[in-house]
Parts: sequence; structure tokens; C-alpha cells
Amino acid sequence: MEMPTVTMQVIPMEHGLLLAAILFIMGMVGVLTRRNLVFILMSLEIMLNATGLAFIVASSHWGQVDGQIMFLMILSLAAAEVAVALGLVLQLFQKRKTLDINVLGEMKG
Amino acid sequence: MSVLFYGSAIIAVLATLLVITRTNIVHALLYFIVSLLAIAVIFYTLGAPFAAALEIIVYAGAIMVMFLFVVMMLNLGQVTQDQEKAWLTPSVWIGPSIMAVPLLGAVIYAINLNQEQMAHTVVGGKEIGVALFGPYVLAVELASMLLLAGLVGAYHLARK
Repeated sequence: MEMPTVTMQVIPMEHGLLLAAILFIMGMVGVLTRRNLVFILMSLEIMLNATGLAFIVASSHWGQVDGQIMFLMILSLAAAEVAVALGLVLQLFQKRKTLDINVLGEMKG
Repeated sequence: MSVLFYGSAIIAVLATLLVITRTNIVHALLYFIVSLLAIAVIFYTLGAPFAAALEIIVYAGAIMVMFLFVVMMLNLGQVTQDQEKAWLTPSVWIGPSIMAVPLLGAVIYAINLNQEQMAHTVVGGKEIGVALFGPYVLAVELASMLLLAGLVGAYHLARK
């Protein structure tokens, strides 16, 4: 197969996957350590984004389009999830006047 | 190209680290946008320009603006920031962080089992469109149903 004539250094696949793993673990640490609901949602976004990066890396490795299609699906999933979750955050804040998940965790009424 | 990749990777990791350690939500959002832009550059270097454009338009453009609107509506002041500062003590974050490191080590070990090189083919918007409305048309329909459900749910939850 004819390669492009542009001379560029090859990026190993595991470096891309390594970056995705690091970002995912950071998002997970954020979910585990933060107590503010908005920060937890943001860390979830970091994790979803890292998953999308892993799909793009795989797509780039195989030179196929399917990984990018999966990235599009993750993107639409993230958009829908954030819309619903932020609506829930607004409702909870109106009821309880706090975003502390230890207070919101009681879930009475 | 590889300089661009590794530079953007370092920026993305640092910005994400700052996102999960900020006490002010707006600062965290701005660092997250920096991280998303760096990841968009990485997509571009990996030969996915369409995904890079979508990352900026949808993630940095739409989702982050949605977060910003909610932060503005919540109107959290200095009190919340002080509370965050009080919550974010080392005794809180050091345990989960240490427990997350073995997970990262396991993933790194699994990744390093076989060395693979990445292809240099650029997969552009045309191929994605052909695949999206060819073999993946059912997934597009399902995504549209998901977005509709999200729209209805968000409307129902956010009304007075």
C-alpha cells in the first residue's frame, strides 16, 4: 500500500492508549474524591472523553472508520447524559440549596 | 507530528489534573476546555480531522456552555469555594489516588503486551458519512432516539 510521502515519525499505538488510560484514571479519581455534584459530572465527562480517545486511537491504528463512528455515538451519549444530569442538579439545588452529595444522598422526598 | 502529539498529550494531562483539583467551578471548566482543545489536536495528529472538529464544536462548544449556564443559574459564591477548599484535604484524596495507581499500572501492563504502530491513513468526513448512513444507519436512528429522550427528560426536569 502506498504511504503518504510526508515524512513523519510514527506514534506507537500504546502511547495513545496510555494517554487515554491516564485521563480515564484521573476522571475516576475525580469522581471518587470530589463531593460537589457539578465536579462529579465534570469528572464523568473526562472519563467519557478518554473512552472516545481510545476509540479514535484504535480507529487510527486500523485505518478504519468504525472507531470514529463509535466516538460519534459516545459524543451524542455525553450530550444527552449531561442535559438530563444538569436538569437533575438544578432541581436538587432548588430543593436542598446545596450540591454536597452527602446531604443529597439522603434522598427523602 | 509526533512533537505535536506528545506536547498536546502533556498539556491534556496537566489541564485534566488541574480540573480535578480546582475549587472554583469556572476555573475547572476553563481548564477542561484547554484539555479538550489539546485532545482535539491529538485527534488531528492521529488522522481524524472530523472527530477533532466535532470535539471542539460539540464538547468545548455545546457541553461546556451547558455546564457554564448551569453554574450561572446556581449562582454559587465564595462560600462554596471555601467549602470546596475545606473538603479537598490530602486525607480525602490520597486514599483513592493511591488505590487508582495499581489500576493504571494494570492497564499500562496490558497495553505494553504487544507493540503496535499506528497507520498513517487520514479518515476524513466523507468516509465517516458513507459509513454513518450505510452500515451504521440503525445506530444513527438509535442516537436520535437517545437525544430525543434526553431533550424530553431535560425539559421535564428543568421546568418550574
